[in-house]
Amino acid sequence: MKIEPLIKMANDIGNFFNAEPDKEIAAEGIKNHILRAWDPRMRKAIIAYCQEDGSELSDLVKTAVTKLAA
Amino acid sequence: MSINKEKDFGTPASTNENMVTLEIDGFQVTAPAGTSVMRAAASIGIEIPKLCATDSIEPFGSCRLCVVQIEGGRGMPASCTTPVAEGLKITTQNKKLADVRRGVMELYISDHPLDCLTCSANGDCELQDMAGAVGLREVRYNPIETHLNAAKDESNPYFSFDPSKCIVCSRCVRACEETQGTFALTIDGRGFDSKVSPSQNQPFMDSECVSCGACVQACPTATLMEKSVIDNGLPEHAIVTTCAYCGVGCSFRAEMKGEQVIRMVPHKDGKANHGHSCVKGRFAFGYATHKDRITKPMIRASIKDAWQEVSWEEAINHAASELKRIQAKYGKDSIGGITSSRCTNEEVYIMQKLIRAGFGNNNVDTCARVCHSPTGYGLKQTFGESSGTQDFDSVMKADVILIIGANPTDGHPVFGSQMKKRLRQGAKLIVVDPREIDLIKAPHVKVSHHLKLRPSTNVALINAIGHVIVTENLIDQAFVNERCDTASFAKWKTFIAQEHNSPEASESITGVPAAELRAAARLYAGAGNGAIYYGLGVTEHSQGSTMVIGIANLAMATGNLGHEGAGVNPLRGQNNVQGSCDMGSFPHEFPGYRHVSDPETHQLFENAWQSELSAEPGLRIPNMFDAALDKSFMGLYCEGEDIAQSDPDIKHVHAALRAMECVIVQDIFLNETAKFAHVFLPGSSFLEKNGTFTNAERRISPVRKVMSPLAGYQDWEVTQMLANAMGYPMNYSHPSEIMDEIAQLTPSFSGVSYEKIDRLGSIQWPCNDEAPEGTPIMHTEHFLRDNGKGLFMLTEFVQTAERVTGKYPLILTTGRILSQYNVGAQTRRTDNVVFYSEDRLEIHPHDAEDRGVNTGDWVGIKSRAGETVLRALVSDRVQPGVVYTTFHFPESGANVITTDNSDWATNCPEYKVTAVQITKVSQPSEWQQQYSAFSEKQLDLLEQGISHD
Repeated sequence: MKIEPLIKMANDIGNFFNAEPDKEIAAEGIKNHILRAWDPRMRKAIIAYCQEDGSELSDLVKTAVTKLAA
Repeated sequence: MSINKEKDFGTPASTNENMVTLEIDGFQVTAPAGTSVMRAAASIGIEIPKLCATDSIEPFGSCRLCVVQIEGGRGMPASCTTPVAEGLKITTQNKKLADVRRGVMELYISDHPLDCLTCSANGDCELQDMAGAVGLREVRYNPIETHLNAAKDESNPYFSFDPSKCIVCSRCVRACEETQGTFALTIDGRGFDSKVSPSQNQPFMDSECVSCGACVQACPTATLMEKSVIDNGLPEHAIVTTCAYCGVGCSFRAEMKGEQVIRMVPHKDGKANHGHSCVKGRFAFGYATHKDRITKPMIRASIKDAWQEVSWEEAINHAASELKRIQAKYGKDSIGGITSSRCTNEEVYIMQKLIRAGFGNNNVDTCARVCHSPTGYGLKQTFGESSGTQDFDSVMKADVILIIGANPTDGHPVFGSQMKKRLRQGAKLIVVDPREIDLIKAPHVKVSHHLKLRPSTNVALINAIGHVIVTENLIDQAFVNERCDTASFAKWKTFIAQEHNSPEASESITGVPAAELRAAARLYAGAGNGAIYYGLGVTEHSQGSTMVIGIANLAMATGNLGHEGAGVNPLRGQNNVQGSCDMGSFPHEFPGYRHVSDPETHQLFENAWQSELSAEPGLRIPNMFDAALDKSFMGLYCEGEDIAQSDPDIKHVHAALRAMECVIVQDIFLNETAKFAHVFLPGSSFLEKNGTFTNAERRISPVRKVMSPLAGYQDWEVTQMLANAMGYPMNYSHPSEIMDEIAQLTPSFSGVSYEKIDRLGSIQWPCNDEAPEGTPIMHTEHFLRDNGKGLFMLTEFVQTAERVTGKYPLILTTGRILSQYNVGAQTRRTDNVVFYSEDRLEIHPHDAEDRGVNTGDWVGIKSRAGETVLRALVSDRVQPGVVYTTFHFPESGANVITTDNSDWATNCPEYKVTAVQITKVSQPSEWQQQYSAFSEKQLDLLEQGISHD
């Protein structure tokens, strides 16, 4: 899957959950959203990107995707 | 008028709870106070002659045909305007009354053409009926002057106005005012000169008339008559069914002559429309038999090849074999399907069942992806259910109506009329919209606040309203304490009270003056029942889901939920948006909005469907396109949806469709998507099949077959054939069996059956043991989340990535118009094109002047995604910096310029915000020229392949 749209989607999700003051809860929210809404091939692509580069992901989203990979 | 007449009680029903008893012609009758004598009499079968009275409008008392005598009373009062009273003794028939009535009729007939035998209303004329009822045998007058030579007005494509037959009863005028709320008609002149006048004595087409047809239905003679009746004669039987246009879901009587629809007459007992309709539902049904209908299955190897007509068996087998081939080559997850809100519930249900159980994946999505998917997400999160909370009638108890990003008089016209009625009664109106919608200037409607926000700033605005409610202590604390999750409320309260959410801080973002926003917030929170209605101006944004959540937060904070007159009401664009979502056409949810990974639900469906199901979410529509270009999604079954026209960044969509190895389109026309297809399965219109639609108020209404499917099969049968060819057996013999399965597997539908729908007329879900006859108002006792409490969520405003720059300095936003529907595939094939024949670009006079643009000029619209050309309409309905267009015509290429920006939660496209530049041009865009050539080529390939027998 082309990674640019997925990076944008992930960061957009991150922007919503970023309003949550507790960043642990926020990261969990992002992880769950991606887990419950994204097709596996999309999840695989964003995890691979996060592990190989991840520079375009916000810190909060990186945390969430790392949780997703775990 | 209508054939097989529904009983007309003469005047509307009274809702008074006090009952009074009186005597009419010696019979005792008890009726609610406020009921007319005419209606009370009709309720016990005593028909008092009448002409100017009909029960859809208030009584007028002008024709004097319905006079009665009251024991001990003076004179002969009109029974339509005389209310019942305790102990009255009424006489409706005696010689004196008969003489008066005959005299009245004699006067009417003295100025009426006596051409009954050749009149289009012969057999369906109340004047004719009354002449018989009063025993008129002669007309003694020899008038010096008559209206018999008055000229006809044939300007409207759907109905004729013949003033020579008019009795000036004012029923049309009153229907236009009371039922429709347009006030286009009046009685012009005095005495003999009195006549019905559209606007200022103009032809109908030049007046404010919106062609809803309420006047035609109200007319007791042939003065206002459907041209289809004039051409074909009166219908001979009628079947009640449900309109296939917008999300109001009007009930209609399809009045038939054999298998030919003569006219569609709104059904008085229809609970969504109460006997009213719009121009689309009543008149624009001709597309169903349009010459463009394709009625034979077709296949081709490549989109460069001519189509080849084949048998159903060959087409289905070919489609199945291609899908299986692709799965064998690219994997199980390489195929999927797209359903449509134009399909019935039953069609959608078996489509998603085929994909989940037959294809073995969850790659199913629906066109709600591009409209109300944020509604589904936002309301599920906060209230626990993905649906609006009220019935339409609830608006009649609203004290304040807050409309956000919706244009009800154009998009949902019948509900728009009901809303106007409530506003004329005095409810307050707040409109949040960048553009001036028609309601703002509706007759006798006064808008309290029009918050003209900048496109893309919805969330900043809703947060500012929330800020006022919290900081000015306008909260319904008792409701919050009892009904909501108080921890989430406390968190939200802290968040929303922050200064950056104040009206003053957000003014520079939204452009809405802080003082006006504060006043609007106080009005919504403090004036009794506050009802929020919203449309795609809320959902089709990068923060669409956030905005839906923000709306839910407001309603909970003010206690505007769980009772009549309040609520959160998404106005669904298409007829079955609610139903298609309910039926499990999102890739992550089974029917009833249950996640595919939920173990209990997963097991339930595996057992019922006897198939191993995936517990992983599938691809959404835009993901399908990306995956196609990535060569991991190569086969698509698309039913009733035109993604090649309606989806954003259309060049990307077209590239994805070209990349797929097999595109199967099931539709009634060779739509834009079918031009990229390899298999075409001819579909059936709503007139040709049985099923149900679920409207915006969760009302499940019957769709009934009134004519045979032109291609031989109903759509659900086609899907079933494909399932069987794929090796997944389906053996339904009627859609009622599909509904039985839905009820068996879906708790909110467990009490639904065709028998019950037939008995009740329609049912609003949830319909189960708790609510066996359905649920008009939701969340009356508790919310449907696991703990029963409403959840507040934080809604930080995040600017869209689609920003104006020096290169793209204007914001393009999109919308609809009354006479056209969605991508126009249906309405463009009717006489509705007379009302609106092309998409135009509305541009503010200041922006137009800066660019030297005048109304009618061709203008290029360039965005980061592409460029198209439309004609300009200079208008101050839009604000400076904003331009607007509709998207009903494929050649407009409106979606060439919309971008792939989308809602964070659901990928609903941000149709409402595209940064553009406008320039005056002299020819179509390069894309338009290329697409026009492609389209012509495809039509040629169709022509080469089809037989004309």
